[in-house]
Amino acid sequence: MDEVLLRAEGLVAGYAAPVAGPLEFTLRRGEILGLAGPNGAGKSTLLKALWGGVNVFGGQVVKRPGVRISHQAQGFTDLRGIPLTGRELLALTGAPPEGLPPWLAERLGLRLDRLSGGQLQFLRLWACLMAPADIVLLDEPSNNLDRAGVDYLADWLGRAHAEQGIVIVSHDPALIERVCTRLVQVDGRSAQR
Amino acid sequence: MSLDLLFDPLFRLPFLTGLLLAGLLPLIGMYLRLRGEWLAALAFAQMASAGALVAMVMDGPMLLGGALAALLAAFVKGLMARAGAHAYALMMLFAWGAGVLLVANHPLAEQAGHALFDGQLYFTGEAHLAASVVAWGVALPLLWWLNRSLLLAHVFPEFHRARGLDPRPRLMVFDLLAGMIIALATVSIGVMAAFALVFVPPLVASRFGRSWRAGLVLAAVVGMLGYSAAFVLSLGFDQPFGPVCALLLVGLVVVLSVKSDRL
Repeated sequence: MDEVLLRAEGLVAGYAAPVAGPLEFTLRRGEILGLAGPNGAGKSTLLKALWGGVNVFGGQVVKRPGVRISHQAQGFTDLRGIPLTGRELLALTGAPPEGLPPWLAERLGLRLDRLSGGQLQFLRLWACLMAPADIVLLDEPSNNLDRAGVDYLADWLGRAHAEQGIVIVSHDPALIERVCTRLVQVDGRSAQR
Repeated sequence: MSLDLLFDPLFRLPFLTGLLLAGLLPLIGMYLRLRGEWLAALAFAQMASAGALVAMVMDGPMLLGGALAALLAAFVKGLMARAGAHAYALMMLFAWGAGVLLVANHPLAEQAGHALFDGQLYFTGEAHLAASVVAWGVALPLLWWLNRSLLLAHVFPEFHRARGLDPRPRLMVFDLLAGMIIALATVSIGVMAAFALVFVPPLVASRFGRSWRAGLVLAAVVGMLGYSAAFVLSLGFDQPFGPVCALLLVGLVVVLSVKSDRL
């Protein structure tokens, strides 16, 4: 539980210019950390900055050597017309199907464009959540999920995850409160000064 | 309709060459379609045809000229990745303009130009067959190796990059492979027949494939059956192969669309 996986030290990140930070936090194995803040504060940008997906303008991210990161992004690729099944999708990230909710497990053999929006979102989420990884970054995981999906996700996250450190960005305060072991406030205005 | 020519040994070699390519082109098309880059196939084919014509005018091997031009196209595509379809359209226009001017102004290029644009198979020789066999031997293991990376980079781009994987080297390998195979097909069966075999079978597979793997098999089967039918019809009715192949494949799409009510 005390093993530090990642430390953000005065992290300021953005694209052409800084849009988020500075941010300080430490993520330990077994923790579920919530990034909270108003819309436009740059929470998703900071999430990407943890693995180098955006420009870092200040501070640094220190990672334990050899850690594997899994990132579930908020936006996703349109998969209509691509004959990919749920089982093939999970195989791409190496996520096992065991533990999927029954309403999804029985549809794994179907093409993704035959699934409902909520089922597809849960499957994408599961593919990233269950991929072999030390750090899991979840960006708005409850988007497009119905109540059953959110409950299943929260129950799953609520159980012990001693092997991983998880960072969640969500606009859903109920989910954050239910699953996160710690909360870090993000204020985008400071980066723009 | 006379089918006697079908059994003429003269046509066995072109048929086999085209059949091999008709199985490979749809596989390339599946990955181009996945990435929304199917228009690149037409740019590769046009560039290959222009390169083949330039080689012929310079008294060099058309196969080599086509391959070099397609390599150049793959390189430009990689450099102009952000321009996307714009780059392909510019390459197509450039290659078409250069090709047509060569045909119009050089007597040597006229016959070859018609063969490339009409899709005649008569110029296909042993070198094309040998190159097609090598293409199978190279392309299948390469596509098997590239498959997961190409899918992952498209379906989960952030996940892919967060793992520390840079998709660009493998994308470049795929572009070069696609360019080479399309160039070989262009100088063997013509510009539009090659493009039709890259585009139409994956379109059918995207609708009827039950999985990615099944879609790849279905695309290859549709390509080979469509090609074989077009070969028989063009020979039987003494028509140029390219337009017959294109019309047959488009007809297949129309029939399937009507039957399934969508495609």
